[in-house]
Amino acid sequence: MMPPEPLQVRAYNPPPMPLPAAERELPRSNRVLAIFSRFAALRAFSLHVRDAARGCVAVCQGVIVHAAVFRTMLAAVLAGALVLECGPAGAQMTIQITGVGSQQFPIAVANFHTDSPLSVDLAAVIRADLTRSGLFRIVDAGTEPIDEMARVNLGDWKSRGADSLAVGSAVRLADGRIEIRYRLYDSVKGAQADGVAFISSGTDLRRIAHKVADRIYETLTGYKGVFATRIAYVVQYSPNHYELQVADADGANAQTALKSREFIISPTWSPDGTSLAYVSFETRRAFVYVHDLTTGARRVVANFPGSNSGPAFAPDGKRLAVVLTRDGNSEIYSMNLDGSNLRRLTNDPSIDTEPAYSPDGAFIYFTSDRSGGPQIYRMSASGGEAQRITFNGDYNISPRISPDGKTLAYVSRRSDLFQIEVLDLASAQELTITDTVRDESPTFAPNGRLILYATEVGGRGILALAATDGRARARLSGPNGDVREPTWGPFSK
Amino acid sequence: MNTLRVTILAAVFALAAAGCSSTKLEEKPAPAPEAAPAAPAPGPAAPAAEPVAPVQAPPAARIDPLNDPNNILSHRSVYFDFDRSAIHDSDIPVVEAHGRYLVDHAARTVRIEGNCDERGGREYNLALGQRRADSVREHLKILGVGTGRVETISLGKEKPRNPGHDEAAWAENRRADIIYK
Repeated sequence: MMPPEPLQVRAYNPPPMPLPAAERELPRSNRVLAIFSRFAALRAFSLHVRDAARGCVAVCQGVIVHAAVFRTMLAAVLAGALVLECGPAGAQMTIQITGVGSQQFPIAVANFHTDSPLSVDLAAVIRADLTRSGLFRIVDAGTEPIDEMARVNLGDWKSRGADSLAVGSAVRLADGRIEIRYRLYDSVKGAQADGVAFISSGTDLRRIAHKVADRIYETLTGYKGVFATRIAYVVQYSPNHYELQVADADGANAQTALKSREFIISPTWSPDGTSLAYVSFETRRAFVYVHDLTTGARRVVANFPGSNSGPAFAPDGKRLAVVLTRDGNSEIYSMNLDGSNLRRLTNDPSIDTEPAYSPDGAFIYFTSDRSGGPQIYRMSASGGEAQRITFNGDYNISPRISPDGKTLAYVSRRSDLFQIEVLDLASAQELTITDTVRDESPTFAPNGRLILYATEVGGRGILALAATDGRARARLSGPNGDVREPTWGPFSK
Repeated sequence: MNTLRVTILAAVFALAAAGCSSTKLEEKPAPAPEAAPAAPAPGPAAPAAEPVAPVQAPPAARIDPLNDPNNILSHRSVYFDFDRSAIHDSDIPVVEAHGRYLVDHAARTVRIEGNCDERGGREYNLALGQRRADSVREHLKILGVGTGRVETISLGKEKPRNPGHDEAAWAENRRADIIYK
């Protein structure tokens, strides 16, 4: 197994506008990078392989490389019900923009100059990322690549309507690696706004394009970009074929983490991005599992009598809230990740479910029908008195708290339409942010600016995006299967 | 275990047969096959249907009451309103029949599976399906069936019997099924 390779970032000194010469590196050897490195190793076999047969070979080779994964997989095959996989899921998602923000940054992203053909069109990935956010309007930059060192006439770009211009180059180094250099110009001020280089092993080009898009996004909007993050979701291909998949935030590079004949629901990321907790019905009972994505190892953490569901990691990653019916009806409990120190947090004859920790770990938001219909409540993370949070509508479920703790997203039924609402917890102001009507399972992007959710369009389950301010929307759809239960992973460090 | 099950089945069949021996046969002998309405009459001189042989009890008489389409016990599903877990009044006789049967057949155990229609969240529906199943179990308990003989599970909205997207499909999917083990 290759050691995790740190991304190196280096500021550039262009002749016209010198930058400080200091080199800097992103933090080394964190586990998130390890995952990418592992996936990158698999992708080395399968990058750009679109047809299923060759993709399958890539999976097999990848699994043989990882003996631990193979052992787990073999055990699972022998167990019969499911198959653990670490390979590409094949089908890519496509994105359809259905609404854009009222204020957009006009930006031109020129094709990158390359000294040898690359497997990824870097500028195309960057443009797609920026477009999907709803905050950018892409100005045509033509097809001619613009070298990162080129002297550009910013006045020309300003008169073409581009307030910003991104240019870049990919240079193959002597050791075979590729250096991706990029600069962002502010054509209004006539100055460079950002400039950086990434070293690529050649298998992580798409991820580096997302990193460039993240820098453009952060430079222009002031918010951290989320294009280099990952999402997980469940696809149902047929009545007895479910897959838990992990993909880039744009739906590309889908990897199947778990394949089962029975349903999988409620996946959720551990705060460090290494694991997913979820509910699997593979034993014909609803149990909660924690699945380490770096090793493929998984273990059941809640298999009490009755139903076990609704996992939610505490922000410190050390405790897990779950919903159990072991003592009668659905109640919320918390426990250590090994299942020890189980504590009951609710005690009410009604349904209490869907726990979600506040980002500071002090509170748990949850769904309860103690008032007759389901509503969102909040209690201390150690249990006790609950305070009702939602009052509009008679069916409000699936609470999720924004990373800054200020906004609640949830699903509300109004006139038999199920839509995503966001509630400003300080002002109690509420906003419907979706234009779809069978919405489920909202999940905040780690920068809080976007919400990914599941919905149904044309009789098929798809994932969709909505800006938290309601000003932009997009739909992601794969070529087949019902896609559902999205969960957005944390920032990669 | 298998022996036990065979014994129970034999007992059930014996009971069923015993029950049938006291049911009345039709006073009038069944018409001879030649009298089937679909067959054209041979002619005006042909006699009306006449008894030709004593009628045997039909094999169907030995059917397990749980599988007898004419027995209320063949109904295994009860239905609910949206977001509710109270059993419809019209389905109470079904639960009561199974309660009586279980009281009379102390060795039998059941699993109740709660289901929901496709609307709303998966977790909330998983909880709601559980409550629907538990609602049937509570009713059986009132009838004298110990809760230890009744397992309840929820399938939430994950296993719709009717794949449609209209009220008729939803009504069919808001359901608890009584499954004999």
